[in-house]
Amino acid sequence: MSAPYVHPYVPNTAPEARAAMLAAVGATSVDEFYADVPDALRLHRSLDLPPALVAEQDLVRHVTGLLDHNRPLAPGRSFLGAGTYHHHVPAVVDEVIGRSEFLTAYAGEPYEDHGRFQALFEYESLMAELLAMDVVTVPTYDSFQAASTALAMAGRITGRRAVLVASEVLPDRRSRVHDFVRPYLDLVDVPTRDAIADLPALVAALDESVAAVWVETPSHTGAIETRLEELAEAAHAVGAIVVVSTDPICCGVLTPPAEQGADIVCGDLQALGLHAYYGGAHGGFLAVHDDPRFVMELPSRIFGLAATDVPGEYGFGDVAYERTSFAVREEGKEWVGTAAALWGIAAGVYLALQGPQGMAELGATILARTRYAQQRLQAIPGVRLGDDAIHFREFAIELSGMSPASLVERLRPLGIAPGVPLGDHRLLVCVTEVNTADDIDALAAAVAETMLEDHR
Amino acid sequence: MSLPVAAKPALRRFHQARWDEPVIFELSAPGERGVIPSQVEPAVRDLVGDVVAGLPDALRRAAPPALPELGQMRVLKHYLRLSQENLGADLNVDVGQGTCTMKYSPKVNDRLAAHPSLLDLHPLQDPADAQGILEIIWRTQRMLAEISGMDEVGLHTQGGSAAIWTNIAMLRAYFEARGEAGQRTEVITTIFSHPSNAATAKAAGYDVITIYPDADGYPDIEAYKRALSPRTAAIMVTNPEDTGIYNPRIAEWVELAHSVGALASYDQANANGILGITRARDAGFDVCHFNLHKTFGTPHGSGGPGAGANGVAAHLVPFLPRPLVVRDDGGAYRLDDDRPLSIGKVAPFYGVVPNIVRAYAWIRALGAEGLRAVAETAVLNNNYLMARVLQIPGASAPYATGRRRIEQVRYSWQGLYTETGISSEELGVRASDYGMHYWTSHHPYVVPQPFTLEPTESYSMAELDEYAAVLAEVAREARETPDVVRTAPHNQTVHHTHHDDLDDPARWATSWRAYQRKYHCGA
Repeated sequence: MSAPYVHPYVPNTAPEARAAMLAAVGATSVDEFYADVPDALRLHRSLDLPPALVAEQDLVRHVTGLLDHNRPLAPGRSFLGAGTYHHHVPAVVDEVIGRSEFLTAYAGEPYEDHGRFQALFEYESLMAELLAMDVVTVPTYDSFQAASTALAMAGRITGRRAVLVASEVLPDRRSRVHDFVRPYLDLVDVPTRDAIADLPALVAALDESVAAVWVETPSHTGAIETRLEELAEAAHAVGAIVVVSTDPICCGVLTPPAEQGADIVCGDLQALGLHAYYGGAHGGFLAVHDDPRFVMELPSRIFGLAATDVPGEYGFGDVAYERTSFAVREEGKEWVGTAAALWGIAAGVYLALQGPQGMAELGATILARTRYAQQRLQAIPGVRLGDDAIHFREFAIELSGMSPASLVERLRPLGIAPGVPLGDHRLLVCVTEVNTADDIDALAAAVAETMLEDHR
Repeated sequence: MSLPVAAKPALRRFHQARWDEPVIFELSAPGERGVIPSQVEPAVRDLVGDVVAGLPDALRRAAPPALPELGQMRVLKHYLRLSQENLGADLNVDVGQGTCTMKYSPKVNDRLAAHPSLLDLHPLQDPADAQGILEIIWRTQRMLAEISGMDEVGLHTQGGSAAIWTNIAMLRAYFEARGEAGQRTEVITTIFSHPSNAATAKAAGYDVITIYPDADGYPDIEAYKRALSPRTAAIMVTNPEDTGIYNPRIAEWVELAHSVGALASYDQANANGILGITRARDAGFDVCHFNLHKTFGTPHGSGGPGAGANGVAAHLVPFLPRPLVVRDDGGAYRLDDDRPLSIGKVAPFYGVVPNIVRAYAWIRALGAEGLRAVAETAVLNNNYLMARVLQIPGASAPYATGRRRIEQVRYSWQGLYTETGISSEELGVRASDYGMHYWTSHHPYVVPQPFTLEPTESYSMAELDEYAAVLAEVAREARETPDVVRTAPHNQTVHHTHHDDLDDPARWATSWRAYQRKYHCGA
């Protein structure tokens, strides 16, 4: 007789408990509970899955064995960006989001989950200061969804169809946005000039059919929009809404888009305290001014401050819940569901640790090292900068005599990833605070050596 | 008092942590630092000068953001205190969040997901350098294909609703490819399917028709037949529904959809009770989704990230989001981005990697026999808890009276409410005083005074007894000491909270900044 099946994750597999529970409900076997599942739909065999690794040590050895096939680059030797970034993650961030109480909670009420409500209210509030806007939602999935929703909101608010795309937007983000909004919005690209918005062309394209002007700054290639204020003024003159995609990591040093006329600001949280995680740790933020025309179009939850029966005690709750699909199904704004709350808590901890000075210094470091990398690389024969814009964290270089893909391939044995190829001639290089001057020097030396070899 | 210690009372004397912690801005002490970023090196400064000073004035931030200034330990302490004021599944008998499958997320999987080779791996590194994670993604796809009966699985999305959206986006693209998009403008769902089925369909441009239950609690098949037409693009349904009732005519529903040329999308958020028992494809569904954070043991993260899986039959494979992780004949794993009919990117890269690793490890720890034990035990636990709950006067389980349920039940306190005037929400708040949580229902409240319990496989018989005892005690209080219930909570971090300000644009405080501006308090 084989031993009864008992699994550590499933306490009531213990035969004693199982028998007692069946007896308590007057059933002879668990089969009775499936009376509504027709025989024709039953799987009359075992699932064909690999053998179970019930002993924890076997599981660890197996999974670790697989993960050991990964080969991450040494710190600072990756110049890869294009949506996921290598930034330093303070230990306190991982400590907080690793807490069972946050990690395993879900959807409790503002009482038993007071801590989650406060931590997310603080996330909203810290982001609000960074972005200089009064309303930030609980995070959505990622910057793709955030931009999709921001533009959809503009469409709903204005009742118009056209979106002028003023910047070089990350192509994958544009693809997702297009598929999301296409029933009710048309994306119209206004070609950029020197990597940022072509203001005269944009102004010429603006009319009362335009729901929104969509600006991305830093752009896909890291270019900073310098004339946002004029652009916003022109957009507002025809009743269009200004939607800005940005990365909050730059806002400690650069003017926040809201102070230059942005109506909706959106983007990704990954840079604020989340590991690269092979692109698997993204959260989206959405911010608006405290204007009910905008707030009531937001699909995500917003946790707000509330008074309790006790003086001096902070309570929390949902702001304007009736706009959500939780409350009114398809009559709500888009939908709300499980998204990225834990990453929001992480971003909040990150901003609390950095403080105003940390965010300013971090921005300054990234700006300076970006400029340093640009200068070191453009000094190499056969390399020139793709444009003359001001860049934050990312920039494109143009190569002559070598394709970017082959440069990437040639540097791989050296343990350096120089960037992401953009077509046949350009390479997108990313520099964060993780890439030190030494790392950038090593990159420049490797690129120079490789380009030279090719000319020999 | 001296030994021996008296026996414990029947119910635990719970009190949630109450640190009375200020909002973090109030803790600010000017000049303190939590972390210090890497600084600009002299070599860099020598070459590029002061880049910030060189910015155009309009681009340089005029005043630093008004973030708080705190030493590192104070930040840590603040957030640890907040964490103690939160009741995660690891701490409570978390059977009260029906539809959400609050099962145990094994700690070993957290460790595996934090493997150093994952944390700094960039998604655009050469796939040859990412073979470990790509193999895990591919193997997880294959295991979920077997569990659903589908031909292929994509793991791109971050939550269940995102996966439901991806399903309707694929169906929309399918009809466009066949030239039927103009004709098919409607989606049919049921009221006891998750609201995101209705909401994502609407967001994708469809008109939504919602089917209500018949007298037995099954979705009304006659109403469904009347709703079907050549305009129907899809049905998007949950089964078992959020009542825990399995629709035995589900294959017929799918056939009826197919008979008018529509497709069938299966929301498998409620799959926990049917793992290894019955499969989506075997009932004829064209697409389905799983929530890895519900059914496959990844943590819920205070509301995400979860992870979604989209299972599709062969005719929908071309429409899956790109890229898809595939295995070459030689056994190497790579990213297939050459998918012309794909709906494109639905998320930045390849899915919520830490949670895919956790789900892979969870399935591997259980295997086929374990998954079946999970399902059977979740269902046993549910029927056991139902028997306990139905012994409480004033509680009922509307629909399918006297019948078994699958993995959850949507109960009603209508009887108790009629008797005492105390609502389900109020009872739930009082239950928190005993360290328990319960959730009512999505809206609208088709079941009056609802509460939805899903015990999953993770809780012992004694824990289920304890949960039922708390409900019984709260119901007793509603009758005998109603003010105790009405003024609850008493043993929580905070007291009864006044939510009216949250619905008034002039008064709501969406952030600390907005609060300061509207109420002129604090600094």
